Amino acid sequence: MSTTTRKISKMSFYSKFLYDWKCNRSFLMMSIPGLIIIALFAYYPMVGVLTAFQDYSLFKGMGGSEWIGFDNFRRFFADPNFYRIVKNTFLLGLYNLLWSFPAPIVLALLINEMVHPRIKRFVQTATYLPYFISVVVIVGIMKSMFSDTGIVNDMLATVDASPIQFFNESGFFRSMYIGSDIWQGVGYSSILYLAAISGIDTEMYDAAKIDGCSRFKQIFLITLPSMRPTIITLFILAVGSIVSVGFEKILLMYSPATYDVADVISTYVYRKGMFDQDYGFSSAIGLFNSVVSIIFLLSANFFSKKFLDEGLW
Amino acid sequence: MKNPNRIRDPIEDQVFLAIVYIILAITVLIMLYPFAYVLSVSISDPAEVMAGKVSFYPRGFDKGAYQTMINHPVFYTAYRNTILYTAVGTLLTLFFTSITAYPLSKDKFQMRSYIAQIYIVTMFFSGGMIPTYLAFKSMNLINTFWVMVLPGALSAWNVILMRSFFRNIPEALSESAQIDGASNLQIYARIYLPLSKPILATIGLFTAVGIWNGYFSALLYLNDNTKYPLQMILRSILITASVDPSDKGAYADLTHSPTESLKMASIVISTLPIMCIYPFIQKYFVKSLMVGSIKG
Repeated sequence: MSTTTRKISKMSFYSKFLYDWKCNRSFLMMSIPGLIIIALFAYYPMVGVLTAFQDYSLFKGMGGSEWIGFDNFRRFFADPNFYRIVKNTFLLGLYNLLWSFPAPIVLALLINEMVHPRIKRFVQTATYLPYFISVVVIVGIMKSMFSDTGIVNDMLATVDASPIQFFNESGFFRSMYIGSDIWQGVGYSSILYLAAISGIDTEMYDAAKIDGCSRFKQIFLITLPSMRPTIITLFILAVGSIVSVGFEKILLMYSPATYDVADVISTYVYRKGMFDQDYGFSSAIGLFNSVVSIIFLLSANFFSKKFLDEGLW
Repeated sequence: MKNPNRIRDPIEDQVFLAIVYIILAITVLIMLYPFAYVLSVSISDPAEVMAGKVSFYPRGFDKGAYQTMINHPVFYTAYRNTILYTAVGTLLTLFFTSITAYPLSKDKFQMRSYIAQIYIVTMFFSGGMIPTYLAFKSMNLINTFWVMVLPGALSAWNVILMRSFFRNIPEALSESAQIDGASNLQIYARIYLPLSKPILATIGLFTAVGIWNGYFSALLYLNDNTKYPLQMILRSILITASVDPSDKGAYADLTHSPTESLKMASIVISTLPIMCIYPFIQKYFVKSLMVGSIKG
């Protein structure tokens, strides 16, 4: 770093801006299009969060609507659906963490054990493939395979089991949701873990082999411990997103018959806002959701820093 | 050539390897089976499908489902819409992302850390569904072409990816161009963009896949059938028992108890373009994911 740049880095915001205005004006100009986009489509909607504290009316707009403080939140906490949607959100998030999180780690470990590079590449290609299909198509295929006349019920019929209405029974919703999530994402998510594995020093394996360590043991003594930082980082991110379950898929999968297990905070926001036009109320629920998810992210990061010396920032 | 002195793996390892291969073979089958099923049903005789005879191999041959889909005006419009949204959306994304990332990659640009923070905040906090809807409504964006392509044009994540790529281009290149009298805009357009094809391809293809596969913004922000993208049509064909009864009338003739063959044919036609570009993405996305995993 030259002395001039060092001097500049200590300057105030205003003098830095003046410096750029004089010397880097084209950089400032080039930043403008992006700033406009982000202001309109990310920051301007954030101002709308304030509608959570309003009795919002479309005709009066934000300026004209009445401020009602925390009434929307009180209504939400007293809502008979409150317990159900919060429980469903957390349970789906938790099951996701329990099943969808470890799945790609296991897949990466298995793929790494393969000795034939060609088959290895084929397996990877096959497992990434579902990632590129839309949720609509995924749910569509599921509905077809799990329908009355679908392949799954056909197979059940061969063992003389009575047909199951998979999409109308609450008991199957969570398994189908998590199962299809794993099917779609496991190959893609394993990439990062495979990358972490490829960074491991192969001499460690050679040494372990000489010490008489089996391949199975090497996984637990070398591979997994070396993947620790990656696993922790992704785990924190996963904990942070516990509350933001993929509701785009739930919206396609659920029906009033399965609301008792499938309805989550975001789907409730969608129904209340877009159908009942209860804007202030839905904004309040949405705000509740994002505050909880930020708290989750921050605390996951805090604990991992404290106990594992590893964190996102 | 086989090495005669090679020491055989201990039996324990051989058993372990066999188990690994068996598990992976089952996994691959599970991964690929739905694709085979969709394809088989779509070209099978609808009567055989109804009788539940198609499970893996197609039974009979009937291209009627494909003809119905291809000739249907609703499907045709939606296909054209999706292509338009994808093409324009991807180009806009590449433009906004690269022009934003370029100054942020320059050390001499003093405002860069402040501007970067403006973008990073959006990774952790957003307005949420309803406030965003209301904001778009107040900007008169609802039910327009632009609502499908502009809001997603700039994501902090893409900017970070692109900036890290730009940072690896040697500064000496732009310095020598500067000496030759090139402006920053020229350096960006003539040197940086051509050198950044891998990252442009990655971000571009991922954006394209995202727009092609997306239905949610159409569901929220569009209410005019003629503007609907493919996925919205697919939604009404595939998921007829959906919670939204409002859009049933619109495609009555298309969605009136569609046969399984018709459903699966619609999946094939609409997913084929993605499956065709997938092999091209694949060689890039592993690398780019790794770039993204390096913090900052």
